[in-house]
Amino acid sequence: MTAIQTRRRPAQPEARNRIWDAGPLTKVVLALALVLSAFPIYYMFIMATRTNEEAIDVPPPMLPGGHLGENVERLLATEDAYFLTGLVNSAIVSVVVTLSVVLISTLAGFAFAKLRFRGSKILLGLILVTMMVPLQQMGVVPLYELMVTLGWTGQLKAVILPFLVNGFGVFMMTQYATQAVPDELVEAARVDGASTMRIYANVILPALRPGMAVLALLVFMQTWNEFMWPLIVLNPDNPVVQTSIAALNQAHGTDYVMLFTGTAASVLPLFIVFVAFGRQIVGGLMEGAVKA
Amino acid sequence: MTLHVETPAPARPGPRRPSGHRGSGGRGGGLARFDLRATPYFLVSPYFLLFAVFGVFPLGYTLWVSLHDWELAGDKTFIGIDNYVSLITDEAFWNAVINTLGMFVMSTVPQLVLALILANALNKRIRGRLFFRLGVLLPLITSVVAVAVVFTQLYGRDYGMINWFLGLFGVDAINWQNEKWSSWIAISTMIDWRWTGYNAIILLAAMQTIPKDLYEAAAIDGATARRQFWQITIPMLRPTIIFTVFISTIGGLTLFTEPVMFDGNPTMAGGATGQYQTVAMFIVKEAFRDFDFGYAAAAAWLLFALILIGTLINYSFTRRIGGSK
Repeated sequence: MTAIQTRRRPAQPEARNRIWDAGPLTKVVLALALVLSAFPIYYMFIMATRTNEEAIDVPPPMLPGGHLGENVERLLATEDAYFLTGLVNSAIVSVVVTLSVVLISTLAGFAFAKLRFRGSKILLGLILVTMMVPLQQMGVVPLYELMVTLGWTGQLKAVILPFLVNGFGVFMMTQYATQAVPDELVEAARVDGASTMRIYANVILPALRPGMAVLALLVFMQTWNEFMWPLIVLNPDNPVVQTSIAALNQAHGTDYVMLFTGTAASVLPLFIVFVAFGRQIVGGLMEGAVKA
Repeated sequence: MTLHVETPAPARPGPRRPSGHRGSGGRGGGLARFDLRATPYFLVSPYFLLFAVFGVFPLGYTLWVSLHDWELAGDKTFIGIDNYVSLITDEAFWNAVINTLGMFVMSTVPQLVLALILANALNKRIRGRLFFRLGVLLPLITSVVAVAVVFTQLYGRDYGMINWFLGLFGVDAINWQNEKWSSWIAISTMIDWRWTGYNAIILLAAMQTIPKDLYEAAAIDGATARRQFWQITIPMLRPTIIFTVFISTIGGLTLFTEPVMFDGNPTMAGGATGQYQTVAMFIVKEAFRDFDFGYAAAAAWLLFALILIGTLINYSFTRRIGGSK
C-alpha cells in the first residue's frame, strides 16, 4: 500500500491523470442535475412569497415577491389545518423517536459487534431479514386494533411506538462499532474490572459518536416524513405536520400560495439540519454504502 | 452486498471462566460471570421486545385476521382462505397491482440509469465537489408530501408550469391526473426527483473503491471511456447496484404518499377510475374506508408476496449485469 503510493507520488504524468478531469459533458451533466434538484425547492419558496393571482401568471414568476407575511398569517389563521399543532407534534415525535432509536441501536450494536453470546449471529440475521418486511403496510390493521384496544388512537404515543422498531439503526451501529472500536480497548477495560455497562458508557459511546450523529440525522428525517401511519391513527385536530399539509391540500387546495407556505415551513427544519450537517450526512451515507 | 455478519475474531477464548480465580479485577467472580453471560442479552432486548410487539405480532395477527370476515368491533367469522380467493378475482385489486408494478418500473429504471450517469460525473475531478454532492442530495431531505404538493402544482392542467413549457412546443394542455399513462409519468417523476441523487451518492461511494490502476491499465491498452465504463465500472458496481435495486423495490412496491397527495382528496381511490391507485392505497381503503379488515389483511399478505417475488426477480436479473465479462 505505502509502496504503491510512494511509487506513484513523484510520477504524476499529465496524460495519466487527465481521464479523471471533468470534461465539458460532465460539467453539463452536473449543472443540469443541480438545477433540476434545486428548482422545485426554489419554486416552492418563491410561491410562498407570492399572491394567488401572481401564482398563475404566464410565464410563472421566478423571483420572490413580498407577500410571505400575509401568507403565513393566513396559514396560521386556517383553523381546520392545525398547522402549528402539527409542527410541534412532528418535532416531539421526531425527537423522541430519534433519541430512542439511537439509544436502542447503540446498545444492540455494541452487543453484536463486541460481545460474544450464544445466538448472536442468528439474532443479527433476523434483524437483516426483517428489514425487508414493509411493517407499516403489513401491520396497519393489527397496529390500529392494538391502539384502539389500548385507547391510544389520536395520541402521539400511537405514532411514536411503532417507529422505535428500526432494524437499519441496529445494523448501522453494529457495522460502525465493529470498525470504530478496537477489540483491545474492550479487553483492556475488561481486565481493569469494568462491567459491560461501564464499557458501554466509557469506551463504546465516545467511539460511536460520529456514527450516532449520522444515524440520528437519518432517523430524524425519516420520522419527520412519516405520512401513512399518522394519517390513519391520528385525528385531524391533532395532526403531525405532513397530515396537516394533506388537510390543507384537501380543504384549501385552491389557495396555492398558502399551501406552499405550509409546505415550505414543513421542510425548513430539515433544511436547517442539512445546511448544518450536510458534510456529515454525505460522509455517513457514503461510508454506510461501502460497508454494506 | 456482502453483509459482514461476522462477530469479531475470537481474540478472547470463549466465555472465560474467571469464577474460580480472583483475576477479574477485584469484582465478585459470580457477578462478573453473570455480567459476561447475561448483559449481552440485556443489551439487545429493547430492540427485540419492541420488535415482538410492533413487528412479529402485527405480522402474525394480520395472517389471522386475513382468514376472517373481520370488522372492527363487529362480527369476526372464520372463513378460511375466502378473502384470498375473492382478492384474486377482484379487478380493483389487480388494477392496483398493475398500477404499482407499472409505476415501479417507470420510476426505477430511469432512476438507476440517471443515478449511474450522475455518479460517474460526480466521480470526476472538479472544483466544489462537496457542493455538487450536497446539491444532488437536496431532494432527499424534502419531505415526500412537500414533493408531491409541488409537483402536483407543476403538473396542473391550467396553470401548471409543465403544460406551459410543453405549450411552447405546441403541445396541448394535458390533464395529467386523467389518464393512466400521464398520471404514472407524473408520479414516477416525483419518485425519481427525490431518489436519483441518493442512489448516485451510494453508487459514487462504491465507484471510489474501484482501484484507479484498473482504468489506467485499460487506458494504456487503448480502451475507450465508454468501454471502460461498461467493462470495469459496471461489473465492479454490481453488489451496490443490487443493493439500490433492492431498496427501490421495497420503496416502489409500497408506494403510497405520492399518489395519495396527487389525488388531493385522501379517499385512497387513486383517481376517478383508480388509474393510479396502488396496493398500499388499496389496503388502507379496504381497512379504513370500507372497514373490511379481513380483506385488507389478506391484501397486505399478497403485497408482501409481491415484494418477495419482485426482490427475487430483480436479484437474479441484476446479478447477471456485466456477469459475462
